[in-house]
Amino acid sequence: MNNFFRKSYYGDIPEDKGGGDQSKQPSKVPSNGADLGEASDWPLWEIFIRSKQGLDHKHMGSLHAADAQMAIENARDVYTRRMEGISIWVVESKYIHASNPDDAENFYEPAEDKVYRHPTFYDLPDEVKHM
Amino acid sequence: MEKECIDYLLHLADDSLILGHRNSEWCGHGPVLEQDIAITNIALDLIGQARNFYQYAAQLINGSQNAGSSKTPSLDGGFGGEASEDTLAYLRDRHEFKNCLLTEQPNDDWAKTILRQFLFSSYQYFLYEELQGSSTPQIAAIAEKSLKEVTYHLRWSSEWVIRLGDGTKESHQKMISAIEELWKYTGELFEATGYELQAASENMGVDPSSLKTKWEQKVKNVFREATLPYPDKVSMKTGGKQGDHSEYLSHILADLQFMQRAYPNSEW
Repeated sequence: MNNFFRKSYYGDIPEDKGGGDQSKQPSKVPSNGADLGEASDWPLWEIFIRSKQGLDHKHMGSLHAADAQMAIENARDVYTRRMEGISIWVVESKYIHASNPDDAENFYEPAEDKVYRHPTFYDLPDEVKHM
Repeated sequence: MEKECIDYLLHLADDSLILGHRNSEWCGHGPVLEQDIAITNIALDLIGQARNFYQYAAQLINGSQNAGSSKTPSLDGGFGGEASEDTLAYLRDRHEFKNCLLTEQPNDDWAKTILRQFLFSSYQYFLYEELQGSSTPQIAAIAEKSLKEVTYHLRWSSEWVIRLGDGTKESHQKMISAIEELWKYTGELFEATGYELQAASENMGVDPSSLKTKWEQKVKNVFREATLPYPDKVSMKTGGKQGDHSEYLSHILADLQFMQRAYPNSEW
């Protein structure tokens, strides 16, 4: 049996599996229905779901699909079967640009000693609630 | 009337149970993980519909038995004399099942599974649409709930028919083969049995022949988009709704009923 599952980490999507190279056209159907290895022809999609109470779409995970329509339906079947959502966004993973973990030091650490950026140094009148 | 009414419910339930069981055979074997989940969801929807119809049928069977009419031995064996959704699903024999032959056809490849679902969902869509107006509140309610599920089954299977039909040379050919194998079972969907006509005459059910034109139009539209030829008239195979089944149903029931037959009343 060929590889059924293939791991992709965020920011680490291999070029031939949907990341980067846009010139490669995926086939519309698996050329051999029984062979899941063929599914790697299908690009990876990132799925965002808005829940009933939620105001914004939240990232739920990723899945494979031949096109946007199939991605939305796959997302419906994979991520909303337990009443999780009322709206679905899909975006092909290759269009997501991620920050580089190597940049963490100069990206995030400088914020650590700048507590004054939090709006906690104001005296709030009692009448103002829910802050 | 009572017998036709129960037969009609069993027919509706059996169609859903057997197709649901067929689809469930894909669980863990789907062509891709996401579609494995999709077909399993559909299997569960169908089995859920079957449960609703069986539960109502069991209620009517128990009611009529209490009223003193003759018992149907195979419906109460091992279950304390009362019919239930379980006795109806697990303890009836092949000739007592009233599902259409289409629903018991083997999965074979993905193309055939998809086409079987599409042909049946198109039929079920128009059927439930009409059944929402049933004079029997329970049937109308089940139809209304199920129609939402079937609307998605139809959408999903239509898109796959188009995707495969208008896909690669190989997928197109597989759809053509699937049509050749399954088309002969479509006639039965619209050929009314005695219990269907009786149910229709009481506004409880629908005469399926009245759904044929709408079904043909739907199938034609999708086939056209899928670049698949709409078949010429062929000689139709029928009998499933009357209990005259292919050998395939025996294998399904052997699988489905083994546990309850071997270990009656077992629970888990």
